[in-house]
Amino acid sequence: MIDEKFDAIVIGAGMAGNAAAYTMASRGLKVLQLERGEYPGSKNVQGGILYADMLEKIIPNFREEAPLERHLVEQRFWMMTDRSHTALQYRSDDFNEEKPNRYTIIRSQFDRWFSREAQSKGAIVISETTVTELVSDAYGKVIGVLTDRRGGTIFADVVVIAEGVNGLLGTRAGLREAPKAEHVALAVKEMHFLPRETIESRFNLVGDEGVVIEAAGTISKGMTGMGFVYTNKESVSVGLGCLVSDFAGASETPYGLLEAFKSHPSIKPLLEGSEVKEYAAHLIPEGGYKAIPELVGDGWVVVGDAAQLNNAIHREGSNLAMTSGRLAAEAIFQVKSRREPMTKQNLSLYKKYLEESFVMKDLKKYKDMPELLHTQAKNYFLAYPALLSNAMENYLRVDGTPKIEKEKASVRAFVKERKWTGLFGDAVRLARAWR
Amino acid sequence: MAATRVEEKLYQNRYLVDAGRPHIKINAHTKPSDNLLAMTKLCPAGCYAENSAGQVEITADGCLECGTCRILCESSGDIVWNYPRGGYGVLFKFG
Ligand SMILES: Cc1cc2nc3c(=O)[nH]c(=O)nc-3n(C[C@H](O)[C@H](O)[C@H](O)COP(=O)(O)OP(=O)(O)OC[C@H]3O[C@@H](n4cnc5c(N)ncnc54)[C@H](O)[C@@H]3O)c2cc1C
Ligand code: SF4
Repeated sequence: MIDEKFDAIVIGAGMAGNAAAYTMASRGLKVLQLERGEYPGSKNVQGGILYADMLEKIIPNFREEAPLERHLVEQRFWMMTDRSHTALQYRSDDFNEEKPNRYTIIRSQFDRWFSREAQSKGAIVISETTVTELVSDAYGKVIGVLTDRRGGTIFADVVVIAEGVNGLLGTRAGLREAPKAEHVALAVKEMHFLPRETIESRFNLVGDEGVVIEAAGTISKGMTGMGFVYTNKESVSVGLGCLVSDFAGASETPYGLLEAFKSHPSIKPLLEGSEVKEYAAHLIPEGGYKAIPELVGDGWVVVGDAAQLNNAIHREGSNLAMTSGRLAAEAIFQVKSRREPMTKQNLSLYKKYLEESFVMKDLKKYKDMPELLHTQAKNYFLAYPALLSNAMENYLRVDGTPKIEKEKASVRAFVKERKWTGLFGDAVRLARAWR
Repeated sequence: MAATRVEEKLYQNRYLVDAGRPHIKINAHTKPSDNLLAMTKLCPAGCYAENSAGQVEITADGCLECGTCRILCESSGDIVWNYPRGGYGVLFKFG
């Protein structure tokens, strides 16, 4: 049993937990961090794109030390049918800047590094330890945790709950509801290894340049979901995710969908000859703003995926996790330096910081998107990609048909599928939710 | 397409199995609920299967600890879901 009392206990050594532990420890607070994996990162899964700005605010010189894979110079969005893809592609040499904006990372390596940084600032990290319960006093204030190791309660002034999307502890303690099936996506992912040079020539890259492909369309069989292909130094991350509620009524298996995605004529040549070294699965919070639970209480704050802080539209999660962890830590430090108790009211400072940051502003902006994509899934993921593909093929195939007729045929196909009112409605709904 | 064998995928992974202490259990039932039955397709590790008597069983050894079955089947009382003990379970080399 650990007898000392800590200023803060952080549950979880993922993006949010590490950001919180690092920030509090570097301000001189006494921090204990508990992680159930063999080492920080050994349970974590990500695509994964790292957003430099959010990490830079925590560790300014991270580029010198952190295990980064490739900096991204190109983004491809692919709208897919079973045999085609229509692409929007952006590449810029401006992304070859001195301090690149986005990188790919491998989470088990990155988290391990991030955790070591927190330890170097004084945080005590104990791995292979699952927290089994939040401990409260008679008034309901959280005062510490119980773990699956022998011993009693470990006490702290405040507990930072950074347990990730499943949120077992928070839901069992009645601090928030368990995630709903329509608010989480199940993603499956594989790591495909290829020689560096093969990746570079296949994806048109030089040195540490990287590219990401985000793909939507018939690959999700009418479910709300997306696929992705991300380049690392010597591997390619390939994955696909759909809402659990959509999956529940489907006849597809997640790994079956992944296999189909990998064998798509547009994807297959990119993976040719690779050696698969890992298969992983993880949930992604997709409920957006409306699914955010209470963020603070007496003796606790919740950060990252556990608080549903995830921007599914832009596929940004880790940066919201890091930022919420940092802001929670700064709020805790403020309360502590004023020698005030860790009450719900005092900790609301964290909420205020979040409201002022991009985290809440972005999530608010898209508050209607999750429902829209969910209820209109068949249109956005089946009908439109097919129509777009037909229109493109029609446009490109040269067969003596006058161009005006081709155009008319494409328009007719759109209208026939959805009727003008349907098309108009979908466009308006999408624009409204986007704005 | 031929059915994908998930076992081959799991074979790549590292696990430290907590022998005799499965972290997920299915409560006894005569007829599985729709959600429990859905897990036989939906579990990304193929841990759930229907037996010859029409009940759903679980072998949690290959579990990827994603939590999907908890989302669908915990509140209805179909299953009891926990994380494995610290250090046990799946160990992602890459994640
Ligand atoms: C397939 C996929 C692709 C993604 N791609 C991207 C991307 O490209 N870019 C991006 O920004 N985001 C991406 N995300 C989202 C991103 O991974 C998450 O938003 C981010 O990891 C959340 O960080 P977190 O710290 O809140 O949770 P996690 O990283 O999940 O960390 C939670 C930690 O808590 C530990 N833990 C949980 N319960 C306990 C307990 N009881 N006791 C002890 N320890 C516990 C876990 O082991 C884990 O280490 C992706 C997610 C997935 C699944
Ligand atoms: S947690 Fe995920 S991998 Fe494990 S049994 Fe449940 S659905 Fe399958």
